[in-house]
Amino acid sequence: MKYQKRQKAIILLADGTIFYGKAVGNKQGSAFGEVCFNTGMTGYQEIFTDPSYYGQLMVTTNAHIGNYGVNDEEIESDSIKIAGLICKNFSYEYSRIDSDGSLESFLDKNNLLAISDVDTRALVSYIRDNGAMNAVISTEVDNIEGLKKQLADVPDMNGLELASKVSTKEPYYFGNENATYKVAALDIGIKKNILRNIAKRDAYIKVFPYNAKFEDLEAFKPDGYFLSNGPGDPEPLVEAQTLAKEIIKRDLPLFGICLGHQIIALANGVSTYKMHNGHRGINHPVKNLRTGKGEITSQNHGFAVNREEAEAHPDLEVTHVHLNDHTVAGLAMKSKNCFSVQYHPEASPGPHDASYLFDQFIENIKK
Amino acid sequence: MPKNSQLKSILIIGSGPIVIGQACEFDYSGTQALRSLKEDGIETILINSNPATIMTDPAMADHVYLLPLTTKSIIKILKEHPQIDAVLPTMGGQTALNLCIEADEKGIWKDFNVAIIGVDIDAINITEDREKFRELMLKIGIPMAPQATATSYLKGKEIAQEFGFPLIIRASFTLGGAGASFVHREEDFDELLTRGLEVSPIHEVMIDKALIGWKEYELELLRDSNDNVVIICSIENMDPIGIHTGDSITVAPAMTLSDRTYQKMRDMAIHMMRSIGDFAGGCNVQFAVSPDEKEDIIAIEINPRVSRSSALASKATGYPIAKIAAKLALGYHLDELQNQITKSTSALFEPTLDYVIVKIPRWNFDKFEGSDRTLGLQMKSVGEVMGIGRSFQEALHKATQSLEIKRNGLGADGKENKDYNQIIEKLTNASWDRVFIIYDAIAMGIPLSRIHEITKIDMWFLKQYEELFLLQKEISTYKIDTIQKDLLLEAKQKGYGDRQIAHMLGCLESQVYNKREEFGVNRVYKLVDTCAAEFKAQTPYYYSTFESDMETADGKRYADNESVVTDKKKVIVLGSGPNRIGQGIEFDYCCVHGVLAAAECGYETIMINCNPETVSTDFDIADKLYFEPVFWEHIYDIIKHEKPEGVIVQLGGQTALKLAEKLTKYGVKIIGTSFESLDLAEDRGHFSNLLKENNIPYPQFDIATTADEASAIADVLDFPILVRPSYVLGGQGMKIVINKQDLEKHVVDLLSQMPGNQLLLDHYLEGAIEAEADAICDGEDVYIIGIMEHIEPCGIHSGDSNAMLPPFNLGDLVMQQIKDHTKKIALALNTVGLINIQFAIKDDLVYIIEANPRASRTVPFIAKAYGEPYVNYATKVMLGDKKVKDFNFNPQLQGYAIKQPVFSFDKFHNVNKKLGPEMKSTGESILFIDSLKDDEFYELYSRRKMYLNK
Repeated sequence: MKYQKRQKAIILLADGTIFYGKAVGNKQGSAFGEVCFNTGMTGYQEIFTDPSYYGQLMVTTNAHIGNYGVNDEEIESDSIKIAGLICKNFSYEYSRIDSDGSLESFLDKNNLLAISDVDTRALVSYIRDNGAMNAVISTEVDNIEGLKKQLADVPDMNGLELASKVSTKEPYYFGNENATYKVAALDIGIKKNILRNIAKRDAYIKVFPYNAKFEDLEAFKPDGYFLSNGPGDPEPLVEAQTLAKEIIKRDLPLFGICLGHQIIALANGVSTYKMHNGHRGINHPVKNLRTGKGEITSQNHGFAVNREEAEAHPDLEVTHVHLNDHTVAGLAMKSKNCFSVQYHPEASPGPHDASYLFDQFIENIKK
Repeated sequence: MPKNSQLKSILIIGSGPIVIGQACEFDYSGTQALRSLKEDGIETILINSNPATIMTDPAMADHVYLLPLTTKSIIKILKEHPQIDAVLPTMGGQTALNLCIEADEKGIWKDFNVAIIGVDIDAINITEDREKFRELMLKIGIPMAPQATATSYLKGKEIAQEFGFPLIIRASFTLGGAGASFVHREEDFDELLTRGLEVSPIHEVMIDKALIGWKEYELELLRDSNDNVVIICSIENMDPIGIHTGDSITVAPAMTLSDRTYQKMRDMAIHMMRSIGDFAGGCNVQFAVSPDEKEDIIAIEINPRVSRSSALASKATGYPIAKIAAKLALGYHLDELQNQITKSTSALFEPTLDYVIVKIPRWNFDKFEGSDRTLGLQMKSVGEVMGIGRSFQEALHKATQSLEIKRNGLGADGKENKDYNQIIEKLTNASWDRVFIIYDAIAMGIPLSRIHEITKIDMWFLKQYEELFLLQKEISTYKIDTIQKDLLLEAKQKGYGDRQIAHMLGCLESQVYNKREEFGVNRVYKLVDTCAAEFKAQTPYYYSTFESDMETADGKRYADNESVVTDKKKVIVLGSGPNRIGQGIEFDYCCVHGVLAAAECGYETIMINCNPETVSTDFDIADKLYFEPVFWEHIYDIIKHEKPEGVIVQLGGQTALKLAEKLTKYGVKIIGTSFESLDLAEDRGHFSNLLKENNIPYPQFDIATTADEASAIADVLDFPILVRPSYVLGGQGMKIVINKQDLEKHVVDLLSQMPGNQLLLDHYLEGAIEAEADAICDGEDVYIIGIMEHIEPCGIHSGDSNAMLPPFNLGDLVMQQIKDHTKKIALALNTVGLINIQFAIKDDLVYIIEANPRASRTVPFIAKAYGEPYVNYATKVMLGDKKVKDFNFNPQLQGYAIKQPVFSFDKFHNVNKKLGPEMKSTGESILFIDSLKDDEFYELYSRRKMYLNK
């Protein structure tokens, strides 16, 4: 073993601010995206493979990343979905008997650029104060002006439709085909653990591409419908909103998570907006207004549902709120068999406090 | 549901004197709880027998009872305060819980209609009764290690036969793992089983099959009466199962757990807490994880109370567990409370860290001659330090630098162990210095796989060590003139001290410091904020680190520093570092009062300390808290950053005091008594000249640097002779010898341990009475705050003596001499602040043993006995804000107060329990008696005769 000197790298924010660091491994080049941060202390592999993070440069706030390597089963999709990784200390050396390799080799395999030794705390404070913005991470430390030009061409996340980039091209099935219930799921960036959670509750799932029509889903003769999580702005996802309206119109059991929750709001005429810097982490407190109980939840969203409009809506009930900033965390329709949450009851990563929501979905199907 | 409005008056039980396994963390939690209850307008009544605590200050509770922790005392309090609605027993450790159970069994709570809040008795009983606990866990599907209960010797033997070795024996209802042991060999089993059965108050032991090499974790939980549960902190023990968690190096957050396994553990912890009873408060759960691909999790134990770990978790995360737990006990729900750090978000959340903390225990084996020094199931450490860094490596280095054991960190200080056999031995039978030995083993070339095989420490930690060593090797190929900025920055980011880097580069520490200045490699300060900067924090709780630069759009390049310096006048108070024998909670008490008094004088107060158990490191105490090693480099950087008016060193014990010289050398003002005076008092030659000039008698003495010199001096002085090294703490290495052979042996012994030390040889005044006085001096006037007479004769360390305030049989003539000498010495030393002087009295003549112009161990005791804020006064004098004559002294004491030492010998077998000039007690309690006819006094006094007859 020998001391390894690492090459220099930078993060350049759209407003011209630079943070200095070192490139992970020997990869050269640049990666563009919207910079956001996740405060989870475990579950980096799940985060990196979560399709909701498509197009984002991920700052992990935990002091060390990569300590326990990677495990082939602890993924939320088939590949890394983040656009680049920014961290403080990168563990080239890892330790876990039940692992299938190092994080470094996993990043390499996915051709992902990562930079370490960054003052991530200063960067997070900066994003907190100035809002999420586009950025580039690069090993081209002497080409600041060139990078600035390229960065200017990166589209703004606001109004950006990304679901089509991560959705399945063809429908596929998940679970046991002899299961009691059948669920049609719209994949606008679905996490595997959602499928695992639904399948575990005696359901067979058919997963449809982002632009599937109601008739496509209906043909599966499902007992319930599901709208998944996913990346980007919900507003441009008109097809999904139309689909949601069709399901709601027929009062079929419907459950939406994250982007799916926003789609349901939009289908009800309630607007969404881009948050200052979003919620990304596994320690987010939510209060269930029906039971009065708290839940610690896994969250990952940069857009949210307008609370005033939701509360004013005659057919919507705000069922859950985020305890830190009182944003809408859950909705239910008063006259329909439809509910949704802004957060991730499937966890992975994160606490299992909200897994009861999947039970509730099955109960709704039984109704 | 908001708080329960039925609760108006609450009794809190403290944890009593400091013993191994129960230290000042309970002063921290008790103080927080009292303040928390007060915020809600609750009347608080406190019982605690430990006078050296902040919680027993008059301002803390509405009624403070400094009484022995017995049911008799409880009844007395409940009779005097029939308005008490409830008792909160979870803030005072196992001692408080045990007292609560005893009172419950005797029906006392019922008699006085007092509710128990914060825990329920059934929960305590279940968690303490290992058999019941086990049954419950199995019922709710939580796996446990194979285990069985033995209440007899025979039953124990049967179990051992069934399980096979190795085994673990744990005694029920004991503290800090007393009576617990690892049994590797059948032939040791009988003795250890017998011991366990004896130690347990109910003569019951649990026998577990040992989980050798399993990884150990702890979770800290909070739960409210609405059954909301949050995890405040995950803690990973670097030392695997087999070493008591109090003696383990622990790290937060957990470093080597995947989300899958962590969430499984989280679910189990919540399930366990809910299953043991219906209560609102804090809880600690310990787990073992199998070091294989299965990652099986096994529950070890659950403690339904605030603990040492929760104090650590509070300091590690910034989330004040005791403060919130007290609110939850009142009936509040977590979502009704605010995050105390951000003041804008909810208390119902789980803190997230963007740094790493490492806790290292501090041992004092040198005080327990003959003790088994290997670490195991029974806790042996007397204190702890915590290092905070932006990486594990930095935190580990900072913790090792905080220990004050004359090491500068890991490696690179010329103190490495290079003996292969010794290294293997220390790795195998975990030694107190294993944290250093691992580094030495790597340096020696012992493969990591072998170190892992022996220690079972997770490879991730070992690889972190290896990285450090590789960096050291790389740096060692450079010189001060050739090293580049990036490499120097990397070394600093990994926590290496300037001294260590100087060692690697072969230059002076100051050259490294100058190089850092030149390159702009400077310390920056970051906040502990519970939320990884997601929200703005309002609380000034800082740690230092080194960061890569950022650059603004207009080209300003810098490393981000979150500690903004104000233009207010400031003063720094140096803390006392880890608790150890001879320097414990008393000095933290003094530091806290120093901070509060300086604030009253209009100063911005800055606290520097590295002991997570303390009140001084509560972010609510000083205006700014720097949780940093009390180590030169860190202190000097803070001084340069903050530019205080001066530094208070006389409240933080020897730790702070010994920095006075360097501070003075660097032009930093010492607030109060100057370094010259401190040094004069310490330098025996100069000090005796001072005494001579003032016609004050002292025992004849001389200074020896070799055994020959010592022998010659003995001819002049006459035996018995008291031999001691200079510049030590708590009488370390002090011994009374009665002949030349003993003298030679001890001198040779000391000089081999402390080469070059000047040994002091005093003629020992046999059979003399010992007394001591504490005083405040402003350079012009002296006020003696208290004179104490020791019940034990001269020769027993003052810290181990029972001290009576005021003296019980000193005549007017003697008292006058004590007063006169005290005043003369205080003035002659130009004391500004506190001074403690110790006397030996023989044939009505008062001799001076020593004078320490600083806060002493007895100051808090006197303050409590007389009900006066002496440290507050002394600090104001130090700062020049007040003169002695400005105070209206009005001590109140009926009868006498006795400061009683408390020992922790039960943690060490086969140790020499004999008292002598070297201090061995770990804590103290206060006892008030009305008159000398008191039985307890009579008993203590009769023991004096025993010493004299020896």
